[in-house]
Amino acid sequence: MSFQNIQAQFEAEFENIQKKLNGQSGSDFNTIRKESFVKFKQLGIPTVKHEDWKYSNLKNLDKIQFSFNAKSNFSKSDLDALPFSSLEGISICFVNGVFSEQLSQLGNTPKIKVLTLEAAIEQIPNVIEKHYGSYIETEKEGLSALNNALSNSGSVIVIDENYVLESPIIIRYISDVKTADIAVNIHNLIVVGKHSEAKIVEIFQTEGEKTAFSNLVTEIFVDKDAIAHYYKIQDENDQSYHVGTTQVNQEDKSYFYSATITLNGGFVRNNLNLVLNGQYIDNHMYGLYIPNGKQHVDNHTLVDHKMPNCESNELYKGVLMDSSNGVFNGKIFVREDAQKTNAYQNCRNVITSDTASMNSKPQLEIWADDVKCSHGTTTGKLNDDAIFYMQSRGIPKPEAIRLQLVAFAEDVVSQIKIEELREMLDSMIENKLK
Amino acid sequence: MLKISNLQARVESKEILRGINLEIKPGEIHAIMGPNGSGKSTLASVLAGREDYEVTGGTVEFNGKDLLELAPEERAAEGIFLAFQYPVEIPGVTTINFLKTAINQIRKYHEKEPLDAAQFLKLMKEKAKSVKIDDQLLRRSLNEGFSGGEKKRNEIFQMAMLEPSLGILDETDSGLDIDALKIVADGVNQLRSSDRSFIVVTHYQRLLDYIVPDFVHVLYKGRIVKSGTKELALELEEKGYDWIKSEADALEASMV
Repeated sequence: MSFQNIQAQFEAEFENIQKKLNGQSGSDFNTIRKESFVKFKQLGIPTVKHEDWKYSNLKNLDKIQFSFNAKSNFSKSDLDALPFSSLEGISICFVNGVFSEQLSQLGNTPKIKVLTLEAAIEQIPNVIEKHYGSYIETEKEGLSALNNALSNSGSVIVIDENYVLESPIIIRYISDVKTADIAVNIHNLIVVGKHSEAKIVEIFQTEGEKTAFSNLVTEIFVDKDAIAHYYKIQDENDQSYHVGTTQVNQEDKSYFYSATITLNGGFVRNNLNLVLNGQYIDNHMYGLYIPNGKQHVDNHTLVDHKMPNCESNELYKGVLMDSSNGVFNGKIFVREDAQKTNAYQNCRNVITSDTASMNSKPQLEIWADDVKCSHGTTTGKLNDDAIFYMQSRGIPKPEAIRLQLVAFAEDVVSQIKIEELREMLDSMIENKLK
Repeated sequence: MLKISNLQARVESKEILRGINLEIKPGEIHAIMGPNGSGKSTLASVLAGREDYEVTGGTVEFNGKDLLELAPEERAAEGIFLAFQYPVEIPGVTTINFLKTAINQIRKYHEKEPLDAAQFLKLMKEKAKSVKIDDQLLRRSLNEGFSGGEKKRNEIFQMAMLEPSLGILDETDSGLDIDALKIVADGVNQLRSSDRSFIVVTHYQRLLDYIVPDFVHVLYKGRIVKSGTKELALELEEKGYDWIKSEADALEASMV
């Protein structure tokens, strides 16, 4: 059996957490943990035999001995040295899964709560009870069940009703892997109240060259008439494993607008699942991945149209360099009641080397008859005629290629509504596409 | 300025240019005419450095340099400009951004400081006005969704911006109506000067009413089989290419 070593490590960690509970082992929370762990043991870590994991192989995880409570001396000046550190906004920072007050700028107001999970359980128990863990699917995904069982940290962000928050809320995740291989399980909850608007940025970074295994869940509840912007930015080292699920629940007339940008990461699996639980819902999902070396980036998206008159739009773009791999799988469900649905999906990829590869699969399941749906996927090389055209005007070939790749990526980056973030991404993308 | 001697080139195993000889002096306009498939566009592409063609023999000297040794971008920097028969659409790259990169890369080649944004915009406005191209068009993605006439006009605009010493127009008249043709020809005529030469590749005489050449050459089966002045173009318009073909074929047969 595969994954014996890593499963044993998770079991030991689970026991360890249970021992430290001090009389809370009977709480509702812990009951869910225990159930989830049983589920995880049944499901296990997915192998390539699992249809949704066909192209993404986690097998090398099993060779690593992880530390679950790795100490870190990651400081403010270390943070300042990382990209995106100057991005302004309310921020909450986790280092190796542990909340760092020193590196956060919480800025709570009566209208905005940015809390750690622990604080949220104390201060806003009703919100936790209603939403936390309510949307994530653990029945089929072993790693989501594992997250439920092991996560003992995370952020809880609540935007009250009728409030437009201009400044972004940034959740930073630093994996300090200078000395140890680490594993973290983090579970976040974001609630955007009725008629409110917020911009959430998740930024994932590593410090050091050892392995971090990050298993994350972020649940987002977008209430009626609310607008949520959600940007996930990944810039992790080549040894890292990142499995992250963003589970979104949208209510009537809400708007969800996302961009998932993978700059770097050894093994990346992003699940973005949207459940459209109301009418007149709108959403846009953008994605950009630019792997090089042996990086592997897998984006799985799912949009579940349950009710009539909703629209979803999706554009994912990839530039695959060297021996990198890309995977895109886009599921769209249009249920029987979801008449007048408009659902569009497009995945476009450019491969710049003979050894890079891309697996792209649209999956539409439509039970309603009065709908407009389209999907398309393309993977190809840059056009030689275009490169020659640029050269004939005096632009050297490498610059001609870079200019076209940057333009290709810009379609996605230009959708980001935070100018400062956009500029930071532009310069990082331009640097990487050299 | 340009001296082509016995130039031969092929695509895969097909010989297309079979010994071209042509000399162009500063300020001259040479028209290259000929029936379809005679090698006119190949000649234009080989001069600009397109990799699809393999040069199998001969030399090309451009302002004292061995042109065939240079990469396409170096040829551009040395002053060669090819106006494409089919300008390529490049999504996401505006004409402005494209030309700014091109001009500054050429300046870099000549070890000059790059133009700053203000200098570039000033130059662009001036040239856009001179070739009557709409500013708005230049803010859009390069050639994307442009009409045939707009694409060709954009080629002439680019030529005006880059100020080459040799402009090669590859069937710039194809697909243009008479009004568009006049605008393009006007643009070219404005760029005429005593130190700038042109090669005008065309199938029809029509363009040469507006861009009057000093010399006309007829290309057939990869060779220049007849050269003359602008009257030759009129004769071709009147009599077609058949008489030239039979003359050339007879000559070739007699040489075997």
